[in-house]
Amino acid sequence: MEILKVRDAADVEQVVRAAVANEQPLEIVGHGSKRQVGLPMATNAVLDLSALNAVTAYEPDELIVTVGAGAPLADVLSMIDAKNQHFAFEPMNPAGLLGAGHDAGTVGGMLATGLAGPRRIKDGGARDHLLGAHAVSGFGDSFKTGGRVVKNVTGYDLCKLLAGSWGTLAVMTEVTLKVMPRPECQRTLVLRGLDDVTAGRAMTAALGSPYDVSGAAHLPLSALRTPDGALADLGAAQTAVTLLRLEGITVSATQRATSLAKALATFGSAEVLTDDMSAAVWQSIRDVTPLAATTALGAWPVWRIVCPPASGGAFGQQLAHDTGGEVIYDWGGGLIWAALPPAADAHAALLRQRAGAIGGHATLIRGSEAVRQSIDVFHPQSSGVAALSRRVKHSFDPKNILNRGRMVREATT
Amino acid sequence: MTILMPAADEAVLQRRESIVSALRQIVPGEGVISSAAEMLPYESDGFTAYRQPPMVVVLPETTEQVSQVLRYCHDNGIKVVPRGSGTSLSGGSMPLADAVLLGLGKFKRIREIDFDNRVVVTEPGVTNLAISQAVAHAGFYYAPDPSSQIACSIGGNIAENSGGVHCLKYGMTTNNVLGCEIVLINGEILRIGGKAPECAGYDLMGIITGSEGLLGVVTEVTVRILQKPETARALMIGFAEVEQAGECVARVISAGIIPGGMEMMDKPAIHAAEAFVHAGYPLDVEALLIVELDGPSVEVDDLIKRVETIAQGCGSTTCQISTSEQERVLFWAGRKAAFPAVGRISPDYLCMDGTIPRGKLPLVLTRMQEMSVKYGLRCANVFHAGDGNLHPLILYDANQPGEMERAEAFGADILRLCVEVGGVLTGEHGVGIEKRDLMPEMFSEIDLAQQQRLKCAFDTQGLLNPGKVFPTLHRCAELGRVHVHGGKLAFPELPRF
Repeated sequence: MEILKVRDAADVEQVVRAAVANEQPLEIVGHGSKRQVGLPMATNAVLDLSALNAVTAYEPDELIVTVGAGAPLADVLSMIDAKNQHFAFEPMNPAGLLGAGHDAGTVGGMLATGLAGPRRIKDGGARDHLLGAHAVSGFGDSFKTGGRVVKNVTGYDLCKLLAGSWGTLAVMTEVTLKVMPRPECQRTLVLRGLDDVTAGRAMTAALGSPYDVSGAAHLPLSALRTPDGALADLGAAQTAVTLLRLEGITVSATQRATSLAKALATFGSAEVLTDDMSAAVWQSIRDVTPLAATTALGAWPVWRIVCPPASGGAFGQQLAHDTGGEVIYDWGGGLIWAALPPAADAHAALLRQRAGAIGGHATLIRGSEAVRQSIDVFHPQSSGVAALSRRVKHSFDPKNILNRGRMVREATT
Repeated sequence: MTILMPAADEAVLQRRESIVSALRQIVPGEGVISSAAEMLPYESDGFTAYRQPPMVVVLPETTEQVSQVLRYCHDNGIKVVPRGSGTSLSGGSMPLADAVLLGLGKFKRIREIDFDNRVVVTEPGVTNLAISQAVAHAGFYYAPDPSSQIACSIGGNIAENSGGVHCLKYGMTTNNVLGCEIVLINGEILRIGGKAPECAGYDLMGIITGSEGLLGVVTEVTVRILQKPETARALMIGFAEVEQAGECVARVISAGIIPGGMEMMDKPAIHAAEAFVHAGYPLDVEALLIVELDGPSVEVDDLIKRVETIAQGCGSTTCQISTSEQERVLFWAGRKAAFPAVGRISPDYLCMDGTIPRGKLPLVLTRMQEMSVKYGLRCANVFHAGDGNLHPLILYDANQPGEMERAEAFGADILRLCVEVGGVLTGEHGVGIEKRDLMPEMFSEIDLAQQQRLKCAFDTQGLLNPGKVFPTLHRCAELGRVHVHGGKLAFPELPRF
């Protein structure tokens, strides 16, 4: 395995050009913290972006930060936190879920994988906060897209494509993200003992209320799960918990919490968690700690299912029942994390059929290499959309050099 | 008339009659318009300085008809210009002499309102405002609110990635759309995304939004709807210096406040608006800020006080706070009517659209003042201050020889300035034909080639809306060629592990 540690965008261009000339596919890596996600790739050359770690500009008043794609996410988060700002899409830290080092992960990796956290339901995903990028295409050419202003798009919005493309379209070298003021206060309502379908209804009611809910999650009662940390303190091992978060200035979040509790009275009386406890609980939800690699479920494959939120409760409840698996709901039911008992196809066929039927899709986030060799890790698409996606890939990377075969199993072109 | 369109294809024009009759086979009755008189309303959009009658207008009513029209055009090498309500301010739906103008005006039905999933599924010809109206009874609305929202269609909003005064807090179209049904130029019908919060695979919805009708024809849209904030109040703040107003905007944001809207007007715009709507704007100030806070009333009341204090700290000379909904609406009336207000004081005006880093505002306004003197044309400014989106209005008289050309040159200089200070050529009006030839000011050939290659993934023959967005048309084969630099290359000398 050859690891090419690039120093700047010009190095990236050279590496990609050489790879094109030699028809040598490249694996694109930041810290490699999410390397185990996707179809196994056949390559013996790794393009390592971790040295592109400079902070080019941080302008809190302009609500932007520009960094090298290899900048450590943890460092950038603490830098903007010092100015009371954050990435509103609440990027998840999948290290625990995947069994990687806790502070691993780069900004580029976060964008390429687009794994947004609980606040996505209110403030959008990684794709909504990537304002501009410099990237090297599979032609070996450095191009830029978007800008360094909040209204950023002139021409096609290539940033949207780069976010969530798992490094298959272009190698991002420098990115500009929108930062937002961090809410000064948070409150979380806790409802106990609801089954998944009823919890789904409670979350739907909350998200359809005028109280500006910024997180809506449900943890079913589970015999298998042994929560620790904030979720243990919450008593999630004893009862199912439904969590609803309200953020903003103190007087507002407090009042909205009271109003929402009243509006949801038919679902039971709500407890209120305040700032630190609330933050700790949402971090656990964001990072899916109940399904972490170190838990009893560590050997189980984990799926990330995205579906119309109101369908989530019934879908997840049935899935858990039929497979004997474990589910956790976020995004008001629109995101389901499912750890399913080991099976040759990790239950892919069943999942895909059911998710597709409700307008959802499922991605295998944790799975053994053997499983990932044998199934589609990313949700198969209709033939027309799949063909269009292949043409889009071809328009960026005609020789299929970049992360070849990570998203879609295909022959070299 | 400085913007040239691609030369019409004579061979296509000669086939006009057979093209018209083929289209009538697909869309019966009055859905095909071919007489010069009836095509008149279609010869321009909101960018009225440029006009061109189309070859023929087709108004299909079903996705299947759209598909057949496009397939026919694809198979016969005929260009197609899609059109929604025709309110584009950049000429995005300006016809071509040798192209079919494909109007989506008959796609007027809202197909589904799903409050549980907080989405509306609608046909593209439905107006922006009609979506909000359809869900208002349950307290919901659709957030992006371009000033043309009474008329502009949601399909057009997708094409242009439209914004509005509230997009600093609630996002542009792209942040509020979940899925669509799109017909490609070869007639293929695809569904992208849907009611789920994000789509699988590449974010094709993200690339379709803002693609200005160059990638496909959207025949159905799924948009996110939100609960209306409990209350909204506005402050109207006057400043003796533009710099002070700019500083106030920066300090509001630094304080962690994201207002629902934050608009600035300069003196000429204030005077024009006040003369038109009598909103009570102060006439002795250089800049006026309208800051709207929305949310629960306890929050709004608190933030209003914070903003007022910040404004005083920046040297505001006047500050009025709305105490009723009527008063809030009145504050906005002048701003919302700024374009027609300027229309009253000048025979013609060009409405520009560019974005700058907020901090560069005083510099940019000063430089625009210098340009105004240089070109001998007046300029009024309205500005989405929160997100740095400028709308300079250049006043001219098309009946005076040379004035329109001077106005265009002035506008181009403003947009170059936007790029020079770190901004971009557009905010929310798109590139269209208006800014097409300025694209190289912002993008290198390589940048533009990558964008055009993406176009090739959707439309290999370049038949959809040609002459828009890109200054030079390239063949897809030429763009797709991979240059292998110097044959077999070794990886560069880098630290290895």
